[in-house]
Amino acid sequence: MAFQFWKRKRQEPAAVEVVEQPAQNDISVDVNATSATTTSSPSVSSSELEAIVLPQRSARKGIRSLFSRIKFDLENLEDLEDTLIQADFGVDASAAIVASVKEIAKKTSAKKTSAKTEDDLKKILVEVLTQNLENKDKALNLSDGNTPYVLLVVGVNGVGKTTTIGKLSKWLVQGGFQVMIGAADTFRAAAVDQVATWAERAGANLIRPKTEGQDPASVAFEATEAAVNSGADVLIIDTAGRLQNKADLMHELDKIRRVVEKQAKIAEVLLVIDATTGQNGLAQAKAFAEVAKVTGVVLTKLDGTAKGGIVYSIQQELGIPVKLVGVGEGIDDFSFFDAQEFAKGLVGQ
Amino acid sequence: MFGNLSDRLIETFKNLRSKGKLSPADIDATLREIRRALLEADVALEVVKNFTMAVRDRALGDEVSKALNPAQQVVQIVNEELVKILGGEQRKLSFAKTAPTVIMLAGLQGSGKTTLAGKLAKWLKDQGQTPILVAADLQRPNAVNQLQVVGERIDVPVFAPEPGNGVGNPVSVAKDSIKHAKQKMFSVVIVDTAGRLGIDEELMTQAKDIRKAVDPDEVLFVIDSMIGQDAVNVAKAFDDGVGITGVVLTKLDGDARGGAALSVASVTGKPILFASNGEGMDAFEPFYPDRMASRILDMGDVLTLIEQTQKNFDEAEARAMAEKLAKDTFTLEDFLDQMQQLKKMGSLKSMLAMMPGAAQMRNQLENFDEREIDRTEAIIRSMTPAERRQPKLLNGSRRSRIAKGSGMTVTDVNSLVNRFEQAAKMMKTVAKGGVPQMPGMPGMPGMGVGFAGGKAKSKGKDKKGSKSGNPAKRAAEEAARALGQKPGEAPSGSGSAFGLGK
Repeated sequence: MAFQFWKRKRQEPAAVEVVEQPAQNDISVDVNATSATTTSSPSVSSSELEAIVLPQRSARKGIRSLFSRIKFDLENLEDLEDTLIQADFGVDASAAIVASVKEIAKKTSAKKTSAKTEDDLKKILVEVLTQNLENKDKALNLSDGNTPYVLLVVGVNGVGKTTTIGKLSKWLVQGGFQVMIGAADTFRAAAVDQVATWAERAGANLIRPKTEGQDPASVAFEATEAAVNSGADVLIIDTAGRLQNKADLMHELDKIRRVVEKQAKIAEVLLVIDATTGQNGLAQAKAFAEVAKVTGVVLTKLDGTAKGGIVYSIQQELGIPVKLVGVGEGIDDFSFFDAQEFAKGLVGQ
Repeated sequence: MFGNLSDRLIETFKNLRSKGKLSPADIDATLREIRRALLEADVALEVVKNFTMAVRDRALGDEVSKALNPAQQVVQIVNEELVKILGGEQRKLSFAKTAPTVIMLAGLQGSGKTTLAGKLAKWLKDQGQTPILVAADLQRPNAVNQLQVVGERIDVPVFAPEPGNGVGNPVSVAKDSIKHAKQKMFSVVIVDTAGRLGIDEELMTQAKDIRKAVDPDEVLFVIDSMIGQDAVNVAKAFDDGVGITGVVLTKLDGDARGGAALSVASVTGKPILFASNGEGMDAFEPFYPDRMASRILDMGDVLTLIEQTQKNFDEAEARAMAEKLAKDTFTLEDFLDQMQQLKKMGSLKSMLAMMPGAAQMRNQLENFDEREIDRTEAIIRSMTPAERRQPKLLNGSRRSRIAKGSGMTVTDVNSLVNRFEQAAKMMKTVAKGGVPQMPGMPGMPGMGVGFAGGKAKSKGKDKKGSKSGNPAKRAAEEAARALGQKPGEAPSGSGSAFGLGK
């Protein structure tokens, strides 16, 4: 799977310190045309854009199969349901998946192509999971030409937001984007230093808070300003981890959104969800979607024993697609989410 | 959403209200709901299976309590079993005979070890210990730095000879820290380690080596309360790999139900020592098994509420009251009695706070002034017995006399009388078996609560259609109505709670 992204051509690629102000005004931006599909053509005239294809990555090696232990047959799909529950799919989603598998298996066997073997059932399961996890809006919105593309990264504490930003920055820089990071987690001790280390590793510019404990919204504002002025292609804003039931902190996110939008369009709001998260993940997604208008999920820590089944419910109930997955400690252990790859990995096909 | 467990159990037991004893089929129906509730709370499946089996055995045994209806009986058993597992091995932090006491922290990435290290150090310091923090997470970018900042904030020294970010050997840092602590006479050493996956053999070996190097008195397994089914695997991996002595639950200030606590406690058999529940360095406390049990079940403190209601509400009085209502002889005197009954049960605020779903009402509860009840009582006490029995007597001059006598205004008296009349009308409808029309109607304090408790005693006598069979639940409904809202609906607007005052 290779998405094509677009950045603005730089007029003077050789000039290092020139602060470009790319003729903002003579570009007509058609807002309606930005309903992102994988193949959405840029709304900025193509002569000013340069295509970018990120290096190929796969998450496959990081996803462990669900079915190392259980036997899987049509007569006894209870085991399947249990297995799905153990992968954090949740009681209802698990039951629904099993029902779909059963139904499809029956139809197939009526056609006398016998869906009786374990292998057939696994294929059907892959199909069901893939279908329900597939989303046309799965690509990162880095295509409409409205640079800087602003990515806001949000989530509860300890899910891996900063690591995600590091990995994503590295990847985008590898592809040829000029990336800037706004360190708007001014709350947690040494969070700014942590993201600074990642920025350095990734080759991204960092906008730090001017004072300790500065209002995160003002850091976001300054970062946006810097990104616009320096002509950066992508601005990624790190935010402090916050539990979704804390109204004040959630309100802060809304404020960050508003100040950023004064100067630039927000291309993506990425909610980072830890694969170990249980049913509370859905509550997280609901709350963040409401306040921060989440456009995609980043599923992290998939390389552990957890399966991240909660993203299934998030996609089903809220229609928020998983866009990226983190599968290891290394800076390159990170890729786009591919529903089929994920389904196959889980099922062990 | 599906509502909480108590709602669902009530649904299950709708037709069983009068039965005293449970049939196996009844129990299985209940257990299905309990299984679901536990799974939705993220209790691991294998733990749920064993747990429901244990509950089934007990419920089938002859443990019939006369006081509770079938649903409550099962819930009580569930609650007791939960508390048993969660608090089975309850103990305090163990200290070394000769200082320093060494505490090692271990857990997955992002479970909150570094923050917890700070909180634990602060807690120990407040108890007169002299803790030192050890930066043995040399993996995560700037973890050392983070610990130093934390140490500075709480004024606890940090032993950090290595810069981290992949540089340095955590095992030797840990080893040196003990020497350092002995030399400098620190009483407790808290070793912060890097987050690791249970299946990462290399890092698990490293953790084991750190353990050998420091010979800790406690190895605390730090786990995020939002974790799902994987909690069992992770807990097993850390218990087998490093050997844990206790558990700390973090991020309990979130709204996750925290079923992981049960998974970890039952899989490892290790006690949960602490709960961490907020961003501040003081947001840290000993673990309370009973609170966690209610949280996992999402039941509020129903059982306590049931007990209190039953203890204090006089059955005979309740029955007499019900009769009066039916006969339309409910007077202000009865109203006063009701209020006194209610006062016996304790603070209204704390009663309401015990109810499931009461969290939604918290704002109203905060605004509710308990003295309103006293004021209402003062008004009624300033009336003559005749006036109390026949509010119709209350003309203008009587009202102004009452106002003066009670230290209130005539408007207050008027509004009380109005509310009383509306309530009497409503109660009459209820007592006759109808469904009262009361959207947005300001109710009276305690009427609903008191009656719900009383009615439950006269089992089988009252068939009220949609009314709930669980006294607590019904009380919650009534209370919600008293707040001028439909049950289950989030409260809207502020104004004077309970329709008291103006």
